[in-house]
Amino acid sequence: MSDHIEWVAVSVFVFFFALVTVMGFVAARWKSGPVSEHLDEWGLGGRQFGTWITWFLVGGDFYTAYTVIAVPALVYAVGAYGFFALPYTIIVYPFVFMAMPALWKLAHRNGYVTAADVVHGTYQSRGLELAVALTGMVATMPYIALQLVGMGAVIKTMGLQGEWPIIAAFIVLALYTYNSGLRAPALIAFVKDIMIYIVVLTAVVVVPAKLGGYGAVFSAADDAFRAKGGATGLLLKPGQYLPYATLALGSALAAFMYPHTLTGVFASKSANTIRKNAILLPAYTLLLGLIALLGYMAHAAHIKVGSPNEVVPELFKTLFPSWFAGFAFAAIAIGALVPAAVMSIGAANLFTRNVWKAYVNPAISHAGEANVAKITSLIVKFGALAFTLFLPVQYALDLQLLGGLWILQTFPAVVFALVTRWFRAEALLLGWAVGIAWGSWTAWSNGLKPLASITFDGTSYSFYVALGALLINVAVAVVVSAVLSRTSPAPEVAVRS
Amino acid sequence: MRILLLLPFVGLLWVPFYNFTEPQLFGFPFFYWYQLAWVPISSLLIWLVYRSQPHDDADNEARR
Repeated sequence: MSDHIEWVAVSVFVFFFALVTVMGFVAARWKSGPVSEHLDEWGLGGRQFGTWITWFLVGGDFYTAYTVIAVPALVYAVGAYGFFALPYTIIVYPFVFMAMPALWKLAHRNGYVTAADVVHGTYQSRGLELAVALTGMVATMPYIALQLVGMGAVIKTMGLQGEWPIIAAFIVLALYTYNSGLRAPALIAFVKDIMIYIVVLTAVVVVPAKLGGYGAVFSAADDAFRAKGGATGLLLKPGQYLPYATLALGSALAAFMYPHTLTGVFASKSANTIRKNAILLPAYTLLLGLIALLGYMAHAAHIKVGSPNEVVPELFKTLFPSWFAGFAFAAIAIGALVPAAVMSIGAANLFTRNVWKAYVNPAISHAGEANVAKITSLIVKFGALAFTLFLPVQYALDLQLLGGLWILQTFPAVVFALVTRWFRAEALLLGWAVGIAWGSWTAWSNGLKPLASITFDGTSYSFYVALGALLINVAVAVVVSAVLSRTSPAPEVAVRS
Repeated sequence: MRILLLLPFVGLLWVPFYNFTEPQLFGFPFFYWYQLAWVPISSLLIWLVYRSQPHDDADNEARR
């Protein structure tokens, strides 16, 4: 952590930040559309994004700034275990390929904007719709707050003190999201992703060359973990196998239940756009795997940090000239803006469609919807800003962990109907409630750790609590659906095609 | 063909299968390069399944 301001880095940083700010406001006129007249325009960019725009948008919004900071930080601290992000972001794509085109078709045919719209359209249940909408909004808030944490880490490393840089960045972000809707992050994602690719590809070539090659990087990390001891190391301990695999699987199933990822899916122009993206998006996963290795490079470079979140900024500052460090920091900070914008849009869409339209003003016009969503996006962002300014960072981390657990409990309601209409709305709602209650209680009583354990035959097995909660959720939904189909065989609504 | 999409799940979620140091590749322990190798393999598998499917909105995309 430095106490003097790195002026060269700050100048480069400010230049790129100003560039994307201009782009954010110009975006309203890009791919011309009447942004304020229809929620499809403001909230989904006109449902017209082709393969490449979708690739940049979903890539920019799924692989967030927080990821760039937090994954290497975890790898730096514990080693192999932190790599679960890699299998997670690989196995997510076969799932996306199978499920998301069908979900897109449903949304496209019926004009749905959110996951909760899909659930309401399928089950005609206001209760289940509200459950899915509230879960999405609550799970998204801490995620936005964490983007600010990522941005804060790089701003501090440049020597800028105080909270004003973050506040200024966020006001700018809030204004152009309000003005341009989803077109703003889609356009900015181009710049952000190209910058991130340049930074990471440079880092993974130049840094090992400076440090004596990848062999030296891995052995330096190995030495550090041997000195540290505990559940750390270049390989997993046998007790970490199940946590590693269940964290990967649970995170992969949860990833596209979030409002920001689904917004990217619904904004694409065809089912084939999504299929092609399932093939092309793993390029970002390769990048993520390389980013994770920055955690080991930090050991080889003997970086010493106060908090693990400073690993990546300190590594860049130590090994690169000031101008390139500034470029890298701008990439990470802009990398925070894209997901933060899409997340606030996703949450605003949910509020508008599934709370405001459902309960306050069912007769709302298309322009009215766009207007409610624009204002909601401002409230959501200032809520997240207040969250990071006034509450300890640990709260955001804990809530983001719980958010992943909660959002996974919407999986049965959103996805199962693509395969079978056997499940009943009441059963899915009860399963959701039991899954959330059991999962939250278990996580809470374990001191907000993502792992729960059961003892079976004298051996204790640890696993990702969200996946355990999902199993209980599905079990409840199956049993209640079976009972209901016996007691009241007639389905409550006609099956819609 | 769709069964191919299960392979990444099997290959990556069964951890004892790849939790080794040897054989190394370019200084990477097996644990790391094995998982990184699954990225292009998964893309390839999804592409194979994509090619084998009828394209329901092919004309839509052709106008691009």
